[in-house]
Amino acid sequence: MDELDRKIITATQSGLPLVKEPYQAIAQQLNIEADLLKQRMKKMLESGQIRRIGAVPNHYKLGYKANAMSVWDVPDELITELGNQLGALSFVSHCYERPRFLPKWPYNLFAMIHGKSKQEVSEKVQQVVILLGDHCAGYELLYSKQILKKTGLRLKQV
Amino acid sequence: MDDIDRQIINSLQGNFPIEDHPYQIIAERLGIKEDELLTRLGILLEDKTLTRFGPMYDIQKLGGSFSLCAIRVPLERFEEVTEIVNSFSEVAHNYERDHEFNMWYVLATESLSQIDITNQAIEKKTGLKVYNMPKLQEFFVGLHFEA
Repeated sequence: MDELDRKIITATQSGLPLVKEPYQAIAQQLNIEADLLKQRMKKMLESGQIRRIGAVPNHYKLGYKANAMSVWDVPDELITELGNQLGALSFVSHCYERPRFLPKWPYNLFAMIHGKSKQEVSEKVQQVVILLGDHCAGYELLYSKQILKKTGLRLKQV
Repeated sequence: MDDIDRQIINSLQGNFPIEDHPYQIIAERLGIKEDELLTRLGILLEDKTLTRFGPMYDIQKLGGSFSLCAIRVPLERFEEVTEIVNSFSEVAHNYERDHEFNMWYVLATESLSQIDITNQAIEKKTGLKVYNMPKLQEFFVGLHFEA
């Protein structure tokens, strides 16, 4: 990431302008040619520095009102195998191993589970319970009550 | 939200073109006018059906860091602590969850050391312990929300 990439990121991280020629508008703001901007953005997209360009829906507004962070206590030596099995389930959106904080927080496997109702989510959770079987020493569901902030990445301007 | 809005949301979750007239390209695909697409996108952002529209940067590939952090916030202090935590620009998302660990936020910083620095500043300002839970392994990330 050089200085120009950084300028491009700070100019676009809060969103693309809703005008017919959005890249032209950003290029003008940065005092560069639109072709250079597009070329840089294509490069960042290819390298994965830009994950994707598109809309981020508010899943609450789309009816996904039940969003549980499920957390599981599984043996460390089995976590890779079990994590991959959980991650392969269609209703799991994010699945990670994270550190425990004993004794208050014994959970090391996190999986986000989304549904249109708590009923739907708990049916899905039951599938995970069956999948993990005896390997699971305990689990909890943390439902989201409200979004307190959602801005995404914010690089500071230089 | 009508069928056209749903189609817009479903078709715009990725692959937005880097071309001179990207909205024109999408509008044609959807069979609507470019002006209508722009107007509808504006409304969807305004009424918060969409939280954002644009490029999503992967901070780790840019040399930065992410971490999920939790705080057990006493209920009577929840509002005040929310204000403090949200005031940090490094806090990208923050969710209230129904658990003793009731505040969960994601830090996105430009270097690994800033994760600890920011959490120390949050601990100092709130007087509460921050549980820093960075990912140790990633098994899966992705899901397409159907509108």
